Amino acid sequence: MGGEQAGKTGAEDWLEIGGRRFRSRFILGSGKFSLEMTRAVLENAGAEMATLAVRRANVGGEENILDYMPPGITLLPNTSGARTAEEALRIARLAREIGCGDFVKIEVVRDTKYLLPDNYETARATEMAAREGFIALPYMYPDLSAARDMAQAGAAAIMPLGAPIGSNQGLLTREFIRILVEEIDLPIIVDAGIGRPSQACEAMEIGAAAVMANTAIATAGDAAVMACAFKSAIEAGRLAWLAGPGRVLERRAEAASPLTGFLR
Amino acid sequence: MLVNGQEKKLQTPATLMEFLRAEGYGPERVAVERNGAIVPRPDYDAVRLAEGDELEIVCFVGGG
Amino acid sequence: MTDSPLMAEVLAAARAADFASFTAADARAALERETLRPADLAALLSPAALSLLEDMARRARAATIKYFGNAVALFTPLYIANYCENECVYCGFNCRNKIRRGRLSPEEMAAEMENIASTGLKEILLLTGESRRQSGVDYIGAAVAMARRYFTVGVEIYPLDTAEYAYLHEQGADFVSVYQETYDPEIYAAVHRRGPKRAYAYRFQAQERALRGGMRGVAVGALLGLGDYRRDALAAGLHAFLLQKHYPHAEISFSVPRLRPYARDTLKEGRAVFGHPAGRGVGERELLQVMLAFRLFMPFAGITISTRERAGFRDHVLGLCATKISAGVTVGVGGRALAEKGDGQFEISDPRGVGAMRAAIRARGLQPVFRDHLYV
Repeated sequence: MGGEQAGKTGAEDWLEIGGRRFRSRFILGSGKFSLEMTRAVLENAGAEMATLAVRRANVGGEENILDYMPPGITLLPNTSGARTAEEALRIARLAREIGCGDFVKIEVVRDTKYLLPDNYETARATEMAAREGFIALPYMYPDLSAARDMAQAGAAAIMPLGAPIGSNQGLLTREFIRILVEEIDLPIIVDAGIGRPSQACEAMEIGAAAVMANTAIATAGDAAVMACAFKSAIEAGRLAWLAGPGRVLERRAEAASPLTGFLR
Repeated sequence: MLVNGQEKKLQTPATLMEFLRAEGYGPERVAVERNGAIVPRPDYDAVRLAEGDELEIVCFVGGG
Repeated sequence: MTDSPLMAEVLAAARAADFASFTAADARAALERETLRPADLAALLSPAALSLLEDMARRARAATIKYFGNAVALFTPLYIANYCENECVYCGFNCRNKIRRGRLSPEEMAAEMENIASTGLKEILLLTGESRRQSGVDYIGAAVAMARRYFTVGVEIYPLDTAEYAYLHEQGADFVSVYQETYDPEIYAAVHRRGPKRAYAYRFQAQERALRGGMRGVAVGALLGLGDYRRDALAAGLHAFLLQKHYPHAEISFSVPRLRPYARDTLKEGRAVFGHPAGRGVGERELLQVMLAFRLFMPFAGITISTRERAGFRDHVLGLCATKISAGVTVGVGGRALAEKGDGQFEISDPRGVGAMRAAIRARGLQPVFRDHLYV
């Protein structure tokens, strides 16, 4: 959408978050898959970052999802289950202690019906986590003031939702995400609600830095093939953004009398 | 003891590491809170569990 | 003084701009962008964009209507003092100029304000020359406190510290206008030969301090023609853009003064400094281009049109890009109720009073607005 993208081609195009560079702009959620499927999907997606959740461990030597993560992948634990900033911080600390780096997706939800994030608690949690050295990526409802607060609080990226989580309804918040892209000097990663590759592509076309998806893949007829489709769509959308979309002709007629005829 | 919300009798005196191994938790794959404070993994051998301890043992699972 | 990242960013971008490199196609692409970026502003300020002036005007008019409807704000400036400690080669108030100097007493101020209020105006801009000694912050504060009884109050005075802006805000002012004159540090140093105004950065950061001091809005502007007007306009645009970004609650507006002739001495000096008569190169077309580019770049920002311009120009830019216009203007000290106590800063080209201005606005199908916000 501007000169700054012009001239950048795929070759020099990196996503930078918390000092780490990523080639892929597809972040995959690891929920709702069988463990065997997880690896195939991650590989087909070309994902370099995947989210995980933290839960109580069960007794006995059961299989662990970490054993199914491709080598080199950046793990993004989320704080799902947290209802307050303090709970989110507690989960983030535990996740870090398991030993997979400083990345954390801050997620604070105080609503069990729609599962919409609580921006106020999320901003507080972001500030607390950033102060403890976490690379904090808050998942939020796309509100400009809240996003500014989170950026100010030290967020490494902002993760606005496209639609209610798990709904596959698509980019319902399009115009608001566009505003965040315009105003916030951090990567804007569209998270939640994206149901189809075309919607992921559109998010990238309007300037999202990355797209995160989980349910869309997990509930597809063939998850591994759908991961490929998302990968292509996200890459296409990114290239379109870099290229700068062409103009749309306006349909309405315009006054013919000159507006600048008064000049001397 | 209370382990992940369930009562558990400690049979013999044990370190945290010994307990995790005996119960089948992979010590490299979990994080442990003891009485509300995270125990750093290097301390697992040094921490001796006591009657009345509350443990939270967590690991990663799939999630979006 | 708090360090501000804004200045370095503005200066680097202004220095780097290569206006000659833009083609008409570049300008066209910028014009068709839904939201313009700084690079698009540069394209619209380029010589190539002059060929698209009519298209720029169409889009600017649509943006103005979209964001401001048909409202045009009216205000008037009141010079309360013209003492100055600066030697600015282009300015009538230059401390070396032998002009009549003066400042209004409280009684004179009251008479002038009563007179202005009787015309129906509800917004005033209080101006002084830049002399802390002759027109100190307390003096200005007292004038603000008096003015708030009649008007919404803005000030255009020397740059202040944050605490001083907070004090003036407490007295009742909520708008601060500071012109950087030119954003080019070298030309700035050359034309401001002596006086406190030589502190470029302190002036540049005045708007930020004003906003931290609690002011509601700020205006930026360059005196077009002093330096390379394209570069200065680009810098002013970026300055406003970054102010909005860092202070999203602030109301931002542009002033677009062109150099006008005043005392003959200063023009001669101007020739010596610039190698050409001051103000060359900024015709009405170029001025309009700057105004349209600002409108398209920041469609929500106010643009004030000065009485330096002739009535025909001022009337036509209303509704097109300008959103605020002065009426019943004098640029000497006082001079409405009582005889002027000091000489003026520049020559005005549009002497129309409030009644005539109001009629002119109505004649264009627009709505004169006397007060568009309340002090909070």
